[in-house]
Amino acid sequence: MSRNFLLIRLADLIVVLFGVSVLVFLMIRFIPGDAVAIMLGANTEITPERIAELESRLGLDLPVLQQYALWLTGVFHGDLGTSIWTGRPVTQEIGASLWPTAQLTLLSVIVGAGLSVPLGAFMAQSRGKGSEVAVRIGAIAGLTIPSFWLGIVSILLVAKYLPGVSMLGYVPFSQDPLGNLQRMILPVFALSLPMLANLSRLVRTAMLDALSQDYIRTARAKGAGRRRIVYHHALRNALIPFVTSVGVSIGYLLGGAIVVEQVFAIPGLGRLILGAIAERNYPLIQASILVVTASFVVINFLVDLLYAWIDPRISRQ
Amino acid sequence: MSTALLHVLRQNRLLRFAAALVALQVGLALLVPLLGFQDPYLQIMAQRIRPPGPEHLLGTDQLGRDVLARIVYGYRTSLLTCGAAVALALLMGGSIGMLAAYYRGWTDRLLMRMMDVLFAFPILLLAIGIIAVLGPSSLSAAYAIAIVYTPIFARLLRGPALVICESEYVQGAKAIGASDARILASHVLPNLMSVILVQASILLSAAILVEASLSFLGLGARPPTPSLGLMLSEGRNFLLLSPWPAVFAGLAILFLSFGFNLLGDALRDTLDPRLRRAE
Repeated sequence: MSRNFLLIRLADLIVVLFGVSVLVFLMIRFIPGDAVAIMLGANTEITPERIAELESRLGLDLPVLQQYALWLTGVFHGDLGTSIWTGRPVTQEIGASLWPTAQLTLLSVIVGAGLSVPLGAFMAQSRGKGSEVAVRIGAIAGLTIPSFWLGIVSILLVAKYLPGVSMLGYVPFSQDPLGNLQRMILPVFALSLPMLANLSRLVRTAMLDALSQDYIRTARAKGAGRRRIVYHHALRNALIPFVTSVGVSIGYLLGGAIVVEQVFAIPGLGRLILGAIAERNYPLIQASILVVTASFVVINFLVDLLYAWIDPRISRQ
Repeated sequence: MSTALLHVLRQNRLLRFAAALVALQVGLALLVPLLGFQDPYLQIMAQRIRPPGPEHLLGTDQLGRDVLARIVYGYRTSLLTCGAAVALALLMGGSIGMLAAYYRGWTDRLLMRMMDVLFAFPILLLAIGIIAVLGPSSLSAAYAIAIVYTPIFARLLRGPALVICESEYVQGAKAIGASDARILASHVLPNLMSVILVQASILLSAAILVEASLSFLGLGARPPTPSLGLMLSEGRNFLLLSPWPAVFAGLAILFLSFGFNLLGDALRDTLDPRLRRAE
């Protein structure tokens, strides 16, 4: 990987993170009407003193640029603000909700991306009009099944055919590893299916592309077996577009997790954010969005580097 | 273009199937007041949570409302919200992509950087953040979806627009002194139509899922509006008593989203095979 490539990507990363931080910071200022009164409105009586108190607590009485500078300094020191209602640092509340979401997303990536490679490679072996249509319809159906509906239907089926098996809620892995994984089965299934459908179709196309290249003919001419050609030569080259797509899919998973958590009563970031919206706890909403988006941006940065490492041609462009 | 479209429809069975599926659902949504469905708001307490039967083809919900009527009116809500949202996204994102491709240089860099920032947010999370600011409603959901899809349209259209702006006919139009607005409107835009048609269809499919998710989370359509996402979240509460409303509402979302995605996918192959490379 060339140093220039790394520097350019790093500059991109910083610009995007800066833009994200500005947008997230401005969120409260975009609220139509008197944001502070709206924040107070959910739970308490609104008086001018209370408004002034909350304004100064949130720093809203300072000039905007100064507010942003203060806020950003806080962010770099790990201070993302305080929750309006509990008065606790929002990082504490986010920290408590982070793991269920991280686990759900990570397992879904592993399942979705992991299964799509063998599935796509397998599907690449059947060609012809009939299988083209079947693959296409199957992939699009998988992609457009609403994950929350899939979750609800799977809960229904388990309740009917496996009564007594607890599939809802969340237990930390450290407390009860088996119970934790058992409760993750359905959410991970619901969340990873669209990704699996999308990626396996992509792997199949990339495999078919790769299989028609000259080096495959060479390998075949040298007498390499079918298995070796598919898994060693073709798959390796098919992986290149695959890696980028995995990075993009993580964004869908992080969003989808919010909905799936709601279906399976998992106390993750999704629940935290929805609860915060219901009680208009803007510092908490702001901080949660910032944390999730920043992680997504950094993950994609790492994927870009990985991509350049797999395919050195990229970094020379 | 319409004759070309008809010709393509005649040629391709998959495209015909997708077009029929979409036309059926869009037609139902548009014409539902004329088709003699039951009133989707009418509550008949004596007929709560009925399974499918001759009187109510898809059964009734927890308030005794006809599920079929609510689904068909739900299509209307969903298509209105998402159609307006995708149109707005296309207008904003398309303009940005075209301007970036036409003017290049700093305009391009500045506009696309702004799009990169919006694109950096996970889609649903950004939509939720926007609704947190605007307050939950169908209108907020439409704005949220429009903003979320703007950078996607801008990125998708900038590439093909770059190719068109380099072409000899655009250079020729510039040489004879045509104005920028005229070149963009009468040379660049018409040549982007096939890309736009394909992407609008696929993004509409995705928007339908986002809208349903938002309504499911209580951030989109408000009760008692007939909304597919809302039906699912309401149906969830009495799932063991009667799964029908939730099951049928989910299937309706699936068919609607599936139809548009398949349509876009089939259009991509048939309308312009070069599209695959242009992206």
